[in-house]
Amino acid sequence: MSRNAQNDHLTRLEQTSIHVFREAFSNFRSVCMPWSMGKDSNVLIWLARKAFCGKIPFPLLHIDTTYEFPEMYEFREKAKVIHGIDLIVRVNEDAIRRGIGYATHDPVTVTHELKTVPFKAAIDEFKWDALVTGIRRDEDPTRAKERWFSPRSAEGNWDYKDQPPEFWGQFASSAPEGGHVRVQPLLEWTELDIWEYIRRENIPNPTLYFARDGKRFRSLGCHPITHPVDSPASNIDEVIEELKLTKTSERAGRAQDHVGRNSMQELRAKGFM
Amino acid sequence: MNTQSLSQPVSTSLPSVEDHRKMHVVVVGHVDHGKSTFVGRLLNDTDSLPNGKIEQVRKNCAIEGMEFEYAFLLDALIEEQEQNITIDTTRIFFRTKQRAYAIIDAPGHKEFLKNMVTGAASASAALLLIDAKEGVMDQSRRHAFLLSLLGVKQLVVLVNKMDLVDHSESTYQKIVAEYSIFLKTLGLNAVHFIPIAAKHGENVVDRSAKMAWWKGPTVTEALDAFAHEDDLTGLPLRLPVSDIYRFDHRRIIAGRVEAGAIRPGDELIFQPGGRRSTVRTFEDWPGPESRSVVGTGGSASVTLSEQIFVERGQVASHPSNQPRVGREFRARIFWLGKEPLVQKKTYRLRLLTQNVDAVIAKIIKVTDASTLESKEADSVPRDSICEVIVRATRNIAFDLHHECPITGRFALEEGGRIHGGGIILDTVTKSEAPSGKVTASERGARAGHPPAVIWFTGLSGSGKSTIAEAVERRLFDAGRNVIRVDGDDLRVSLNRDLGFSAADRAESVRRASAVAGLFAGTGHITLVTLIAPLAADRAKARAALANHTFLEVFVDAPLAVCESRDVKGLYAKARRGEIAEFTGISSPYEAPESPEVHIKTDKTSQEEAVDLVLRAIDKVLQGKGDDWEV
Repeated sequence: MSRNAQNDHLTRLEQTSIHVFREAFSNFRSVCMPWSMGKDSNVLIWLARKAFCGKIPFPLLHIDTTYEFPEMYEFREKAKVIHGIDLIVRVNEDAIRRGIGYATHDPVTVTHELKTVPFKAAIDEFKWDALVTGIRRDEDPTRAKERWFSPRSAEGNWDYKDQPPEFWGQFASSAPEGGHVRVQPLLEWTELDIWEYIRRENIPNPTLYFARDGKRFRSLGCHPITHPVDSPASNIDEVIEELKLTKTSERAGRAQDHVGRNSMQELRAKGFM
Repeated sequence: MNTQSLSQPVSTSLPSVEDHRKMHVVVVGHVDHGKSTFVGRLLNDTDSLPNGKIEQVRKNCAIEGMEFEYAFLLDALIEEQEQNITIDTTRIFFRTKQRAYAIIDAPGHKEFLKNMVTGAASASAALLLIDAKEGVMDQSRRHAFLLSLLGVKQLVVLVNKMDLVDHSESTYQKIVAEYSIFLKTLGLNAVHFIPIAAKHGENVVDRSAKMAWWKGPTVTEALDAFAHEDDLTGLPLRLPVSDIYRFDHRRIIAGRVEAGAIRPGDELIFQPGGRRSTVRTFEDWPGPESRSVVGTGGSASVTLSEQIFVERGQVASHPSNQPRVGREFRARIFWLGKEPLVQKKTYRLRLLTQNVDAVIAKIIKVTDASTLESKEADSVPRDSICEVIVRATRNIAFDLHHECPITGRFALEEGGRIHGGGIILDTVTKSEAPSGKVTASERGARAGHPPAVIWFTGLSGSGKSTIAEAVERRLFDAGRNVIRVDGDDLRVSLNRDLGFSAADRAESVRRASAVAGLFAGTGHITLVTLIAPLAADRAKARAALANHTFLEVFVDAPLAVCESRDVKGLYAKARRGEIAEFTGISSPYEAPESPEVHIKTDKTSQEEAVDLVLRAIDKVLQGKGDDWEV
């Protein structure tokens, strides 16, 4: 494949994502972008800055489970400055006081308590009507049915059986009463696209994605339940070459996905991103 | 620890993919004609499934006591497997030796047509399956009609389940003959009719030994021969304005180039409205270099040489090749709403970034998508296609669909939900040359914004004129048509014959409101500064201007402050008894009870006061469907 064809492809994805960002910003009263500090999230920041000519005109939200890798906290502070981010951080202090944690509870419960609960509380507090997510259709089968603008009810539920039609660049223009719309600029991207774009644009990312001692992280979550994969890929070029050959799924190292056959479905029905 | 190997050797080396641009293909056809099975088989035969996926599905089938089917590979959600129908558009990625594809498995079940539309609208090619045994059915025809409306031109028909008709060439030929005629009436043409047996993988990727009579391509060979969607860069420029960004000192016009290309130095005209300016720069981040051209599909961030009025919804083009501007057109619509589309009813029309109320002025005919028979009707049921006259409440910019597809199509919305879409066939000749009296809305359309009357009331010396002058400056610089009607000016001209008696004051208010009405009638935002001390007189002014948006601004300064300022020396004169019935001294001032804007000048700086008024103007005019940020 020629470098040019690949560039065309990435530029097309980039320009479409920018259009989605801009339509969301024009259509909704109050926009927020949750930020996991992972690679997709960091690509979103980059795209938002391109869409809005350098300045992100809405806040970012980090739901801190307190189980992030130490390197992620360092990266957060660094990226905040580089990108001029207006950052809101929320922790479910109550759950932590009640002793909810990976040492004593199962991953689904912890994810629910430390991520979904404070996330919903933040939505209630700030009354955002649009949330920008880094969801990609290739990530997980349940995500294949997402739309660019995906309405969620006040309870955060996703009525995937009765989604509005979406065509000719016309998206759902308003959130359901008391609910919000998930805006998903990365819907058409693949994991490989993300890395090729990071390489092309030189986007800052945590170094946990690169191999140390023969292991690297392919997807990042809470440290007790996120496992590295065997890989010699120690830089972006090597990661890209590896992804071109792999057939294992991206989230294979994320334990909460594998508890039951439908754990992802369950988590998402409860409002997980 | 759950450690998985990523670097395990893959059995075969990956084919060299020549074309990195992903092609979107939609798969349609009648319910149970084998769409999901076909897609499952395609994924399997192109080696595009994740490791262990097929084993996992086989295992799940065994657990639930079902026979394995390729269709289950797609049915990622349990409910679908239970219902045995595909509930929504599913997007699956796969690769051939030539390129990457995103395949959209659109459902065949009748009530889920809107999902098929969602899928097909983003596809550049379509595969339509027909069951060889069942033949051409209702949905086979309906889906083809929708494809023709959605503008999907590259079509391959797959005559499936050939194994059930003994791979008979004559059965195949019969379907080809029947269906070709139907497609022709829609203006569609199938590139190929390929006989396949998806369940057994015959002619999907590998050629079928049982159909040696078939000399044409397999499905993947046919797919690889498709071209990408039309490149619209050769068409005239169409840049719909998505927003105006003022995050810093820059004023950036943001939008996506939907057709044509744009360069710095280009002269642009913004329709409706017709204002012109030149592209000064592209504000590309991170810089320092900006693009020298933005082509179709590219997002543009444009600064202009002149500060003209621009708002979301307008379409920028080159003056030599503009879109049409009008309110009325003939369109073909597909209707997906639960409630029928009703004649004379108003819907929200969305065309690019334009968003206006539009009435279905007339339903010309309703067409049965299956039989293509047309009939007259006053309403259009769900999942039907019809021809209508659409009349928007104000001018919009558009093209005819055959001239420029992307600006020649629109969506119809009700209650914040899209219920249908349509393509513009023609303008309506009758309304092209407007006749009769020039209306206020026509004047508003030319001004590019609706008019309004902003009435500043308050004591002499309270600061009405100072605030109004600053508001006027801000509006004027933002490209609005704005004018000030000042009480002091009137007193020496139009109202020269009036004094300060109650009757004269009433007459003065009446005359000022008449003048304001005339200015507003020309499309101006009219700022009136007049003491107008009596509530009854102000109420009459508001009533006289009921046709216009009216805002009362109470500039509320304590009498002592006004008197201490006494710029014009009037208070001194009044105190000396040289002016009779002077408001606040020898005549009452009835403070407004509920003004739209209340400015307490002892607590609010002048700058804040100006912002308050501008925000209030923004707010009332936003409801009129325009971007009013100043």
